[in-house]
Amino acid sequence: MKKAIGLAALAALLLGGTASAQQINVKIGVLTDMSSLYADDTGIGSVIGAKLAAEDFMKTNPNVKVEVVSADHQNKADNGVNIANQWYDRDGVDAIADVPNSGVALAIAEVTKTKNKAFLASGPASSDLTGPKCSPNTIHWTYDTWMLANGTGKAMVKTGGDTWFFLTSDYAFGHALERDTAAVVEKSGGKVLGKVRHPINTNDFSSFLLQAQASKAKVIGLANAGGDTINAIKQGAEFGIVAGGQKFAGMLIFAPDVLALGLKTAQGLTFTETWYWDLNEGTRAWTKRWDKERNSPGKVPSMNMAGVYSATLHYLKAVAAVGSAKDGKAVVDKMKQLPAEDTIYGKSVVREDGRVLHPAYLFEAKKPEESKYPGDLYHLRATIPMEEAFRPLKDGNCPLVKG
Amino acid sequence: MITIFGVPSAALFGQLLIGLINGSFYALLSLGLAVIFGMLNIINFAHGAQYMLGAVAAFLLLQFTGIGYWPALIIAPLIVGAFGIVIERTFLQWLYKLDHLYGLLLTFGLALIIEGVARNYLGSAGLPYALPESLRGGQNLGFMFLPNYRAWVIVVSLVICFGTWYAIERTRLGAYLRAATENPTLVRAFGINVPVMITLTYGFGVALAAFAGVMAAPIYNVSPQMGAELIIVVFAVVVIGGMGSILGAIVTGFGLGIVEGLTKVFFPEASNTVIFVIMAIVLLVRPAGLFGRGT
Repeated sequence: MKKAIGLAALAALLLGGTASAQQINVKIGVLTDMSSLYADDTGIGSVIGAKLAAEDFMKTNPNVKVEVVSADHQNKADNGVNIANQWYDRDGVDAIADVPNSGVALAIAEVTKTKNKAFLASGPASSDLTGPKCSPNTIHWTYDTWMLANGTGKAMVKTGGDTWFFLTSDYAFGHALERDTAAVVEKSGGKVLGKVRHPINTNDFSSFLLQAQASKAKVIGLANAGGDTINAIKQGAEFGIVAGGQKFAGMLIFAPDVLALGLKTAQGLTFTETWYWDLNEGTRAWTKRWDKERNSPGKVPSMNMAGVYSATLHYLKAVAAVGSAKDGKAVVDKMKQLPAEDTIYGKSVVREDGRVLHPAYLFEAKKPEESKYPGDLYHLRATIPMEEAFRPLKDGNCPLVKG
Repeated sequence: MITIFGVPSAALFGQLLIGLINGSFYALLSLGLAVIFGMLNIINFAHGAQYMLGAVAAFLLLQFTGIGYWPALIIAPLIVGAFGIVIERTFLQWLYKLDHLYGLLLTFGLALIIEGVARNYLGSAGLPYALPESLRGGQNLGFMFLPNYRAWVIVVSLVICFGTWYAIERTRLGAYLRAATENPTLVRAFGINVPVMITLTYGFGVALAAFAGVMAAPIYNVSPQMGAELIIVVFAVVVIGGMGSILGAIVTGFGLGIVEGLTKVFFPEASNTVIFVIMAIVLLVRPAGLFGRGT
């Protein structure tokens, strides 16, 4: 009898033991821009975001082992696809995160769908990722062109900026941003007076700025990004654009861009983001940890980096709930069912088209004398509730959405 | 108002002036390249990186030592020029007798290394650099608003370009230099230290690039890739002007700036291609370049 009890106890122990020690392995690849114009808005900072998420998750879920790898896609779609194939086929990567540059991101979404893995987009802007090109394996976390246009465009028209002139980056991303913004401006009662399309990576904007100045538009909308936006604003200050009563609307601006401009030049710029490091206790505490990993004084994390953290964390929760990371679509479906909440993005909703909803914030860059400590860059001007911040589900033309 | 091809003439004058300003940068940079190629027979692909180093040096001087724009205009080129001299002594001097290709490959590699190191330490988004206090503001010329700083760029660039041209083509030192490229042995026989002269020439060419970098810092985004974007255009300028021709580099620098400026009015999408179209045509018609002596 004693022996029997002993055996039973042993069996129970073994059973229980295997259940709790059932190890889940997850490998996440951060595919990003490490060396070019988006490297400070994503890059190594995004990799740190993923690593912090892995660290946090493994603390509470010791049975999940997360590994984070990273690579540089050099803003070339073919390069990105090669890396993705290699990661998925040979290296056992289960999910790809970040991927700034809409061109590369659309290609990665396609590969990920074919191989049934998961794509956690944070860096790319194009709203097509959850529109006509949506995929059951993609979620788009941080922002998109529709949300930028809606947030900044509406706010500018409301405060009197009802005539616009666009400086547009001459490729798919710029065109989409200009199109979305022009639509919002006209819908809110504003008027587009003209536009000029400049090649990507333009060094000198003075000629375009003169055209914008001559148009007498109240708002000059910058449908470009990175170095192009910085150059346009920097030279705009020199040509007395703002002093002459015209206003810049930077359609896509990240905190590192504001740092690069310096507040003296950037002051008064209005733009929309979904995250800022100095929003609340949670974001500040996270930034401290990020800062320690980044180990580069004076840098601040961008919303993309925070987006990689939050998306990765939510993904890992879904993996644990499914019990394996192997079926990408099943995990993404689980992400849509589970409530998403963390210390830095707060509550988010993952919609059926893959769009992740959270509030968006209208920020204004501070005047230099208003900046109290390093990295103190923004005034929070308005909060746009999540239902209004993003494109309504029915307008996206996503084939996944029925009815 | 008079219009030319549908564009008001006032706007056109504005664009011409702006073209001239951009041309100033092209001229400054292609001048350095032409001096180096003309005197050393080295195609200095690191020129863009050295231009970037000039701007970065200005930023670092301001950030860490509080040295402002005006002293930086002298100090940054000296520092970067000294760096150029080190490069010449350690690498380039072994390549003069070899094919151009070796110098090109070496300097190209150096450019990649310099830019990579800069990106590692400074990031890619760029560094803020404010306009000097005394050159803020601008003049209303009636047809356009001309920022004072831009006017300063034109003046300085013209002075430097003319000065360099004069020194090389019209002075005794310049004559020695030109003679040394033709026949170094003979010039040595006159008791002139040719290697030192060549080294200093390279240092000067590099310093010119750094000078252009400091000039650019207040108006362009100071970032590790700023030179890589510009260098290709500048090479096209040098090729159009004729490799090694100093006057050619200066005239085509300004001229192409104006052509590019006009393209920005009539067909903005093509503004970064137009120079290469011109280059292709010039190469077809005059392979040695507009001012090239031919071989």
